[in-house]
Amino acid sequence: MCLGVPGQVVRVETNDLGMTMGVVKFGGISKEVCLMYTPDAGVGDWVLVHVGFAISKLDEESAKEVFATLEAMGDLADLSEPPDAKG
Amino acid sequence: MSDERFDLSCPVPLSNYPHVLLAHGGGGRLTQRLIDQLFVPAFDNALLSELHDGAVLNVGGKRLAFSTDSFVVKPLFFPGGDIGSLAVHGTVNDLAMCGARPLALSAGLILEEGLPMEDLRRIVGSMRDAASKVGVPIVTGDTKVVDRGKGDGVFVNVTGVGLVRDGIEIAPRRARPGDAVLVSGEIAVHGIAIMSVREGLRFDTELVSDSAPLDGLVDGLLAVAGENVHVLRDPTRGGVASTLNEIAGQANVGIRLEESRIPVSEAVRGACEILGLDPLYVANEGKCLVIVAPEAADAALAALRSHPLGASAARIGEVVPDHPGKVVMKSRIGGLRVVDLLTGEQLPRIC
Amino acid sequence: MRFVDEYRSEESVRKFARAIRGLVTRPWTLMEICGGQTHTLIRFGIDEMLPPSVTMVHGPGCPVCVTPLEMLDRALAIAARPGVIFTSFGDMLRVPGSKTDLLSLKASGADVRMVYSPLDAVEIAKRNAGKEVVFFAVGFETTAPANATAVWQAKKLGIRNFSLLVSHVLVPPAMEVILGSPTNRVQGFLAAGHVCTVMGYREYEPIAAKYRIPVVVTGFEPLDLMQGIQMTLKALEEGRFGVENQYARSVTRDGNVKARAILREVFEVCDRPWRGIGVIPQSGWRLRDEYAGHDAVLKFDVGTITTEEPSVCIAGQVLQGLKKPGDCAAFGKECTPERPLGAPMVSSEGACAAYYNYGRGI
Repeated sequence: MCLGVPGQVVRVETNDLGMTMGVVKFGGISKEVCLMYTPDAGVGDWVLVHVGFAISKLDEESAKEVFATLEAMGDLADLSEPPDAKG
Repeated sequence: MSDERFDLSCPVPLSNYPHVLLAHGGGGRLTQRLIDQLFVPAFDNALLSELHDGAVLNVGGKRLAFSTDSFVVKPLFFPGGDIGSLAVHGTVNDLAMCGARPLALSAGLILEEGLPMEDLRRIVGSMRDAASKVGVPIVTGDTKVVDRGKGDGVFVNVTGVGLVRDGIEIAPRRARPGDAVLVSGEIAVHGIAIMSVREGLRFDTELVSDSAPLDGLVDGLLAVAGENVHVLRDPTRGGVASTLNEIAGQANVGIRLEESRIPVSEAVRGACEILGLDPLYVANEGKCLVIVAPEAADAALAALRSHPLGASAARIGEVVPDHPGKVVMKSRIGGLRVVDLLTGEQLPRIC
Repeated sequence: MRFVDEYRSEESVRKFARAIRGLVTRPWTLMEICGGQTHTLIRFGIDEMLPPSVTMVHGPGCPVCVTPLEMLDRALAIAARPGVIFTSFGDMLRVPGSKTDLLSLKASGADVRMVYSPLDAVEIAKRNAGKEVVFFAVGFETTAPANATAVWQAKKLGIRNFSLLVSHVLVPPAMEVILGSPTNRVQGFLAAGHVCTVMGYREYEPIAAKYRIPVVVTGFEPLDLMQGIQMTLKALEEGRFGVENQYARSVTRDGNVKARAILREVFEVCDRPWRGIGVIPQSGWRLRDEYAGHDAVLKFDVGTITTEEPSVCIAGQVLQGLKKPGDCAAFGKECTPERPLGAPMVSSEGACAAYYNYGRGI
């Protein structure tokens, strides 16, 4: 069960049971999400949501790493090379 | 991709299903099977076998389009409309998909005991407003009431007749390799708008169903592209994917789409991501697919875009001679995948 | 959409594909063990962008597919009872049990409802005090905190008409079974990024050391998979083993500490049969005794269950990566998503369904 969707926290509150709940925005829509497992996620932070629960706070610095790696690979010399190398 | 890879269907007799399933109404494979194995053989006539959105009858030198549509949507009222306006637009659109101007509609209502009269008043008012905006009268109807618990508040059937314009010939089998595939605007809006009510999704700018009458849009299109328009169809239940599969099957051609060209709004994308749905299979209203000869494609697209309901129209693919009966899509990252018919309703993906 | 679109860039994916082609000098076999990753690989055609010497094998990463038949038949027996509202995630609804499936049961009058979150099921229990609400808690470690929270919440609020039917499975024991098998061909693993988001990746370190293989914790977007595959192949080419983390934007070595705490409070480890594979010791979670009042296995006595699998289905071998869906005699013929013989053809993340739906031939 792995579908995790990244979204941005827009509201944080606590319910009667002491559970941290909130509203998370996903590209133009918002939904109520349980934030009790990402206690350090505040408004503006990005979280990964799975079946209505935030399971991690996304680390923006680490997120950039793959793009740094790509840059280090240099420009694609031959863009017309077919991606499908299998016969 | 060689042909034999696509020979994967296995016809299963209807008798394998002792009960009707929700999937039989989903617009996918089971719906198709119900039609092919039960209705068509039972009613057996050439007009029915065309299986387009409406039937076209020749009456004294004129062509009469005849179509029926039933509406069972829940909730009855949703952002952008209600079952009443949906029903009127739906049948007007079925007639438009035959290239016909609507002449008259009928309204059959099945009401559940206990439905608040105020709700019924609202729905009827909606139907009146929708019909008068199009300029088509609702000339006859029927009402029945069923016991409490035996109906979802209201079921509506709207049947319509219209006159097919001269100089056009719309039929699925006219789709031919080289034709362009156009869509009149952003997809999956209606289905997501409905689901947003059910699932408590909030949209920054409220997502409103795109239910609308397409007769004006189609008028403008046909005035420009006339008989170069080969197929028109509105991708309702089952979404763009199911409708294109139907056409590909009926015309025995292949269809090739490009994912990056399919217009999807940010809000709908976000909703589909978190609900685990593929927008290609989500229901649309107020949208149509156009299959048009390549030489008229640019003009057709411009005609669509010049109408308020077609502002986001786009060219999303083409008809190809390969893999007849199948729809294939080039993904955002370049790979090719088959866009198959689903068995029934799309189930949300959790993983 | 941020954190999504940039990981689906065609140019970036091709760059990695090129780097991989330049890097590989001999054949390698890798396995991913997460249905979501299988889905992305097939949907975007990523496996077809790899050089022919690299073979991707799909592991038993589809929790719906590995839910034991006995558990499914038990779910069906409970759902068939009057007075029960049976709730589940979407994918489980079409999986065939010995005789029927949840959707067909719904068609014949059972109250079966799909929910998006286990907390929705608790809400249903609150609003239907006269009925028994059961939630089918299936999944790997990723979904466990959500399921645990639902039952924790129900217990705290005294919602006695809510229970969980638990069939959780764990990834590391499955990896051990695959690696320990005498017919194993897998040389490198992509570990499931969201499982590791919750659990961290410490428990993979002894496995990597014992079998001397590289394990790369990988995300789900095309770029993540490309990079994860590239990192694994690089380690193999260089003769290195151990755990690396491609999905660092979400995964840390210790995972989500708070989530793991609720798991320890609600669940305990147990042996679990995996459909198509057999019993894997210590590979599942069940509810602790303190939660017995919310355990659907204890609450509903459904008598003895005798299961019956179609003999032609080779799901077990597909799930272990020993065969591809196309190797199965029934694939695309007697077994299609419409008439599935086994679970991997039903779940959209199952290998057979992915291959069929995205048109992978025989």
